[in-house]
Amino acid sequence: MTKPVVAVLAGLCGLVLAGAAWGAPPRAADLEAELVCPVCKTTLDQSDSPVANRMKAYIRTRIAAGDSAQQIKDALVAQFGPGVLARPPKGGFGLLAWLLPLVAVGVGAVLVGLLVTRWSMRRAPPAAEPLDPALERRVDEELARFEG
Amino acid sequence: MARRALLVAQGAAVGLVALLLGLLVWKLVSNQGGNLARAANRGERPAAPNFTLDRLDRGGKLTLSDLRGKAVAVNFWASWCDPCKQESPYLEQAWSENRAKGFVVLGVDANDFRSDARGFMRKYGITYPVVYDGPGKTLGGYGVKGFPETYVLDREGRVVDAFVGAIASDADRVRLRRAVRQALE
Repeated sequence: MTKPVVAVLAGLCGLVLAGAAWGAPPRAADLEAELVCPVCKTTLDQSDSPVANRMKAYIRTRIAAGDSAQQIKDALVAQFGPGVLARPPKGGFGLLAWLLPLVAVGVGAVLVGLLVTRWSMRRAPPAAEPLDPALERRVDEELARFEG
Repeated sequence: MARRALLVAQGAAVGLVALLLGLLVWKLVSNQGGNLARAANRGERPAAPNFTLDRLDRGGKLTLSDLRGKAVAVNFWASWCDPCKQESPYLEQAWSENRAKGFVVLGVDANDFRSDARGFMRKYGITYPVVYDGPGKTLGGYGVKGFPETYVLDREGRVVDAFVGAIASDADRVRLRRAVRQALE
């Protein structure tokens, strides 16, 4: 009887926590790892350049104003272009950056498969040809004499 | 069959590598990376890359080639750049002294927030035209490596002189005056 009650309570707690996380303000550290300094081309958390510091200050101001992570990213893209995103968008030309590694892995897998097939075919032992009956009889006789 | 597939796969791999090499060469050739400044400082007059950008000093867009017939000092800057603060009063002075002769200073604010750039223009009393290039798309064509950099163009849009760094010393100012005179000839 207590087990179902505990399960329901645990489920409710999970829902509450998920809801809290959903509505939680974005963390500056997370955004700084997802955005690139346009001058030094490293993520903001790795950069101490003047423009990176200005962008970090902007992110904190927007978080304090209640903007979501997506709103902040959109605002920075509007100023600095899509190159400011550390991860390219999953659409348009940016989609290539996501698809090309998958294509490369696929092509690599096919190549490896073909190579393995080729090597295994090379290493297969040649089929044994049947011995001439006369020769086979002679070999048997020689063996019998050797063992005898 | 497997041999043919292998050959096709090898051909595709070689093609992909060739394509990547081609992209690298194209990138190296298209990005003049300071060549413009070097050529200008050798006494050549290379053509300045054209651009069309939003204006910051007022609405609308500005195309560099629309200024053909005037001598232009294209000044790349950003509000967070300290040396830009030093040279901006002198650029403003050069513009006000020579604008009647057909000289324009054109500021290109790059890698910057629009609001910061407008604040900078107000603070330092900039009245010459300024365009906005947030993503810094024009920087590669000119080979701009840092801020500020200034390219003085003649009336045909060719680079007469290039200043890498702030125009701050007396020698720089004399050189700018000479470049503006040459550009107006």
